[in-house]
Amino acid sequence: MANSVVPPLPGAVKKNKTAKAAQQWQRRFWRLPAWSAAFLVLLPLSVIALSWASPQTDVWLHLVETQLGSLIKNTLLLCVGVGVVTISVGVSLAWLVSVCEFPGRRWLDWALMLPLAIPTYVVAFVALGLLGYSGPVQTSLRSIFGSAFQLPDVRSTGGVILVMSAVLYPYVYMLTRSAFMSQGRGLIDAARTLGRTPSQAFWSVALPMARPAIAAGAALALMETLADFGAVAVFNYDTFTTAIYKSWFGLFNLTAAAQLASVLLLFVGLAIFTEQKARGNGRLHQLPKQQRDGFQLTGWKAWLASAYCLLIFTIAFVVPVGQLIFWVVETRLADLNSNYFKLIGHTFSLGGIAAIFTVTLALLVSFGQRQLGRYTTAGLSVRIAGLGYALPGTVLAVGIVTAFAFLDKQLVAPVREWLGLPVQQILVGGLIALIFAYSVRFFSVALGPLQSSFERLKPSLQEVAHTLGANQWQVLWRVYLPLLTPGLFTALLLVLVDVMKEMPATLLLRPFGWDTLAVKVYEMTSEGEWERAALPALSLVLLSIVPVVMMIRRSRID
Amino acid sequence: MSARFPKITAGLSTAVMMLGLAACSDNDPAAAAKAEATEKPVVTVYSARKEHLIKPMFDKYTELTGVKVRYVTDKAGPLLARLESEGVSTPADMFMTVDAGYLWQASQRGVFAAQQSEILEANIPEHLQAANNDWFGLSVRARTIVYSTERVKPSELSTYEDLADPKWKGRLCLRTSKKVYNQSLVATMMQTQGAEKTETLVKGWVTNLATDPFSNDTKAMEAVAAGQCDVTVVNTYYFGRLKKKLPETPLAIFWPNQEDRGVHVNISGAGITQHAKQPAAAKALLEWLSSAEAQGQFAELNQEYPANGKIKPSAEVASWGQFKADSVNVESAGSLQAEAVKLMDRAGYR
Repeated sequence: MANSVVPPLPGAVKKNKTAKAAQQWQRRFWRLPAWSAAFLVLLPLSVIALSWASPQTDVWLHLVETQLGSLIKNTLLLCVGVGVVTISVGVSLAWLVSVCEFPGRRWLDWALMLPLAIPTYVVAFVALGLLGYSGPVQTSLRSIFGSAFQLPDVRSTGGVILVMSAVLYPYVYMLTRSAFMSQGRGLIDAARTLGRTPSQAFWSVALPMARPAIAAGAALALMETLADFGAVAVFNYDTFTTAIYKSWFGLFNLTAAAQLASVLLLFVGLAIFTEQKARGNGRLHQLPKQQRDGFQLTGWKAWLASAYCLLIFTIAFVVPVGQLIFWVVETRLADLNSNYFKLIGHTFSLGGIAAIFTVTLALLVSFGQRQLGRYTTAGLSVRIAGLGYALPGTVLAVGIVTAFAFLDKQLVAPVREWLGLPVQQILVGGLIALIFAYSVRFFSVALGPLQSSFERLKPSLQEVAHTLGANQWQVLWRVYLPLLTPGLFTALLLVLVDVMKEMPATLLLRPFGWDTLAVKVYEMTSEGEWERAALPALSLVLLSIVPVVMMIRRSRID
Repeated sequence: MSARFPKITAGLSTAVMMLGLAACSDNDPAAAAKAEATEKPVVTVYSARKEHLIKPMFDKYTELTGVKVRYVTDKAGPLLARLESEGVSTPADMFMTVDAGYLWQASQRGVFAAQQSEILEANIPEHLQAANNDWFGLSVRARTIVYSTERVKPSELSTYEDLADPKWKGRLCLRTSKKVYNQSLVATMMQTQGAEKTETLVKGWVTNLATDPFSNDTKAMEAVAAGQCDVTVVNTYYFGRLKKKLPETPLAIFWPNQEDRGVHVNISGAGITQHAKQPAAAKALLEWLSSAEAQGQFAELNQEYPANGKIKPSAEVASWGQFKADSVNVESAGSLQAEAVKLMDRAGYR
């Protein structure tokens, strides 16, 4: 379907002046959510951009002379690798569980999302521990084949790609899965009756239709890859992000670090832009279908499908969690005390509040774009709002602290003084700053699932609703929300899980006493005490299973 | 009527005040804490030293004095950035961190207020504190050589510099140069040997590496134990932890450079912030942390050496043997850190 025009609002049909003015006002109003979201992101970004005010030629020259070339090469290799692996694994799994029927499909359907709950650096450390030279695998191989036997080093480009993909494929999987599910079987069946084989139907019908979802999932995976510091640090694999941290912590030059971060951001912005241009104007709309009537796989095909899903699940979830359980048993729960339940409470409530706030914002933004007759990714404001996810977390956190400290000093302090209250920071170190930081960081995580759900809905739906006399809020509440439920739940879940394992912003911005599980994981791992980090890490995983299962139940009922 | 009116006004104003207080304390735990303990101040600490290593000390201090201590933990870099941007309105009274480089850096940025304290001067040796009394070391860790008892005779070992000798080709494991401990080690070497000689040495280390540098000390020691290499350089407490877990590991400590400058040591330490809200209480806490009463436990929590020379290290730490420590002021680790990082980049030490 071609890019559609603005759906005519009921008021627009009557050609009188007041209606026109009202429409104008409405159009302005629906720009508001996107610009507010963009403003949230621009606040810390402007701090980072301001770093260019003082040139740091010294650091730049040093980097260009010594490392920059190999850093860029490594980063590109990593992105291409993670992109290819997450897309092929994520899409193939999504196709199998949403369209086919085979032994174990029902539980694999939700189980395959679980790796998302394990922080990347935990998987990295487990992989290194098991597969490294001194790990059990190589040690036992050496005892069989002699001491000269050696596997290729896991601390290589291939190793990093595999570890990252194991944690990040669920982004592609979840989004594509809900896309395949809402496509239903109708179109595939139509293609089959027109003489296509099942695989032709997949390549020529199902896949192109799922493209917005696949792109959104892969974009999330890649942004997280670019921003990641934990996993690459465990592998001592140098990427562009390494240079950012090196300039800051090694060369004590936060300004140069911010400059490097803004270069990274520029590339991400360009990549997003190109992707959207390449997607072109062709749009595909499809109403969600409720029935799920899978293709029954039989014989070796069925077992192959089961084996493949099980293999991925084992690598990405069973092995790392098994190692965590082993460590927890080893430490005999020594750190489990009454304080520990407070950590769980903090983790869950921060995740919940942030998820609701961020998803509401994303919903308003995407609905607003819809009202403007734009597709949800269009518009400068939306693009800006999505950039928070690609920034290395610590850099973003410092940007927010700086911006908020400035506001505290310039706005809050004078007001408090005028009121006769003692001068004190309200924003920095308060809950608001932390929730704000989470929204900035995870806005695109919430927007991705929503926009790909929105794009599958025909604009005519809204026209019909308006003809039947519904106003805009009713359209949102009674037409879109029910249709968007799967996407909405995916968004809530993704943000919740991401917030719960988020580290840099939580560390720097949490109010006194608001320690979370991720904070505990950080404290232990940074001291190299991996065994003691296992308990909070495992709790994070368990805590994330609850919403995953809830979401799956919901999407089944629908 | 006239008698009731002031009462109502008083009641109303109290209610308003209560509301105001409640509103404050809702979004501001600091205000609540202050309101609760008007006599006993609350000391606020930003700490890069982890919770499990400081909480027992703070709890003990609260028990002894009634003064409460609240804290946030994070990496030194972000905490320092937060302190700087908060400026005059910071709630932090004390900044505690690991590694002399960060302490020096904090001092350079004017985060600290110098302290004139006879107690601190008496407790903490000169080379473990800032020349301008901005910060004070609280515990000492040595970065030393650990070797395989199966493949290396102690007589083969002598100095850090010797590890660049071709006889160690393919036998050396190192942690990444991104870790501040290695940056400080190289920075103090630059201080005593000069940049040029140090660069040749670091290049020699890189040539001798058996495998890519590791992301942490424990992994490097495990590689030595598994036979991937024969020697490595680590902080003593990592060795202590590994030995505690696996007492049979065929690894031992060697103290290098005993004939010349001594073993490289680093510190954890703290200073009082420029804009402290409770400077006196924070100073009292810092003095207590340096005292004979606290130093033993402070160091023992992390198997370190007390900074206070009058206190003996724990029995286990003492069992690793006595050594001569490098007495170059740890401040040079900070002033030369950026140069050290660049030097290691040039030498190809990742």
